[in-house]
Amino acid sequence: MSDFAATSEPNVPTGQEPAIELRDVCKRFGRQEVLRGVNLTVFEGRTLVIVGASGQGKSVIIKHMLGLVRPDRGTVRVFGQDLNRVGRRGLDDVRRHFGVLFQNAALFDSMNVFDNVALPLRERTRCSEAEIRSNVEEKLALMDLLGSEEKFPAQLSGGMRKRVGLARALVLKPKIVFFDEPTTGLDVSKSNEIYRLFHRTQQQLGYTAVIVSHDVPKIFKLADQVALLADGVIQECLTPEAFQLSDQPVVRAFVEETMGRLYRSDAEEEGLYEKV
Amino acid sequence: MLAFLEKIGTETLWYLETAGRMGLFLLRMLRGIFTPPFKLFPVIRQVHFIGARSTFVILFTGAFTGMVLGLQGYYTLRKFGSEGFLGSAVALSLVRELGPVLTALMVIGRAGSAICAEIGIMRNSEQIDALECMAIDPYRYLMAPKLLAGIVALPLLTAIFDVVGIAGGYLVGVGLFGVSPGAYFQGMYSSVVWADVEMGLVKSLVFGLLLVWIAAAKGYYLHLERSGGFGAEGVSRTTTDAVVLSSVAVLVWDYLITSIML
Ligand SMILES: Nc1ncnc2c1ncn2[C@@H]1O[C@H](COP(=O)(O)OP(=O)(O)OP(=O)(O)O)[C@@H](O)[C@H]1O
Ligand SMILES: [Mg+2]
Repeated sequence: MSDFAATSEPNVPTGQEPAIELRDVCKRFGRQEVLRGVNLTVFEGRTLVIVGASGQGKSVIIKHMLGLVRPDRGTVRVFGQDLNRVGRRGLDDVRRHFGVLFQNAALFDSMNVFDNVALPLRERTRCSEAEIRSNVEEKLALMDLLGSEEKFPAQLSGGMRKRVGLARALVLKPKIVFFDEPTTGLDVSKSNEIYRLFHRTQQQLGYTAVIVSHDVPKIFKLADQVALLADGVIQECLTPEAFQLSDQPVVRAFVEETMGRLYRSDAEEEGLYEKV
Repeated sequence: MLAFLEKIGTETLWYLETAGRMGLFLLRMLRGIFTPPFKLFPVIRQVHFIGARSTFVILFTGAFTGMVLGLQGYYTLRKFGSEGFLGSAVALSLVRELGPVLTALMVIGRAGSAICAEIGIMRNSEQIDALECMAIDPYRYLMAPKLLAGIVALPLLTAIFDVVGIAGGYLVGVGLFGVSPGAYFQGMYSSVVWADVEMGLVKSLVFGLLLVWIAAAKGYYLHLERSGGFGAEGVSRTTTDAVVLSSVAVLVWDYLITSIML
């Protein structure tokens, strides 16, 4: 299980400079209060993993970091810039360094796989078509997608779409990557492959990463920090080891539920286990 | 009573907001045209889509419009014994009014709806968000080529419409009713002046801008639609709205331009 080394060792470029800072971010959609004062700091070159139950607002946090959603209150800073104040051009300057995988992959559905991955290169760099081709092929090979270049997103499986999204996110050598559920819908060996790849590219490029995942506990191996979002606030943000041992009741409940350590004995106690 | 006032207030605010949004959209779209890097290929592709692929429809409607003008014109003019004016009647109504307006309406049906649906679906499936996160300006990348293509294609299509329409009028007037060919063309030469052509040109340019603007903006702001721009139904409803709105806008601006330029 541990083909990829634990990254809490400082083999990733360390930095104590915050790359992303959320201060007291509140957001409501209509009557629903989704975020009620989120505080989070992601340090440069480090990996933050956000966990939490479905529908708690993890994707909404990522959209705040991307500048796609404005907070009702509070500030979002990326590289020290307040996303609410930088204006369109400033926002673009910050976003130049982003690599984003959306939860639904958000591929351009009237372009084939090759063009999807090539788009950032074509629109943002002056690479020649030959350079683009070799670069894209390399990324597609990493994602085990060679042979599917001519397919359209609608002709791909869910997991393949994810991998095309990952290839597209990494093609421009980003400084910060945002992966919203990178391995959901992938089989175990594929997701291990993605984790290994993630680890390798992060060592090469030294990017900061924000990952939303339900793949607990495996995702902890990649994390420098784990943050649990529940009830609209970050309940804890700790190293993976400390997170698993936290005494905070909500965190404990989450850990027990997802890692199944005590769940089984609880269930036995209540006599549920026999019935199943 | 208070509730009523409140309703009026929110309605007004909503309309103002929408108008402001549409205005800003136009400005950003125009800015998108002048933002580097400039790429020719996407513009050509859009001209092909909006223009070249509308040619057949335009030929068809142009021919029949000209023919029916010939028919109607002949019967009306014969009452006054002035069949000789048929050529100028057909040409003037085509060049000044029917050419630009009918071309615009046909292109709205063909390309306006398609533009709105395309951008609306991109909005719905977060593809526009994805573009923004890659620091690719959607106004430059998506909208500018469409706007340029609209402005280039409409005058050309209108010219085709006019020529085919005049030929259609000739076919009916000269071929069917025996108006003399010389009179048909002579009447046209002497009565159609540059100002008429200019008016047609201005109209078609404005309509080209209008139809791309409204269709693209409706699609782009799909998620802010008051009736809910969700899913397939949201896209279809918004597309219908866009077609109706741009058709009405074309007719209103047709009146305005005519009254200014006459
Ligand atoms: N644009 C929006 N308009 C209204 N409500 C929204 C919007 N976006 C998100 N929400 C609401 O915010 C809440 C959080 O959504 P979000 O997508 O962030 O959940 P999540 O934590 O990512 O869940 P999952 O793990 O299932 O992806 C949900 O209840 C959702 O209904
Ligand atoms: Mg989510």
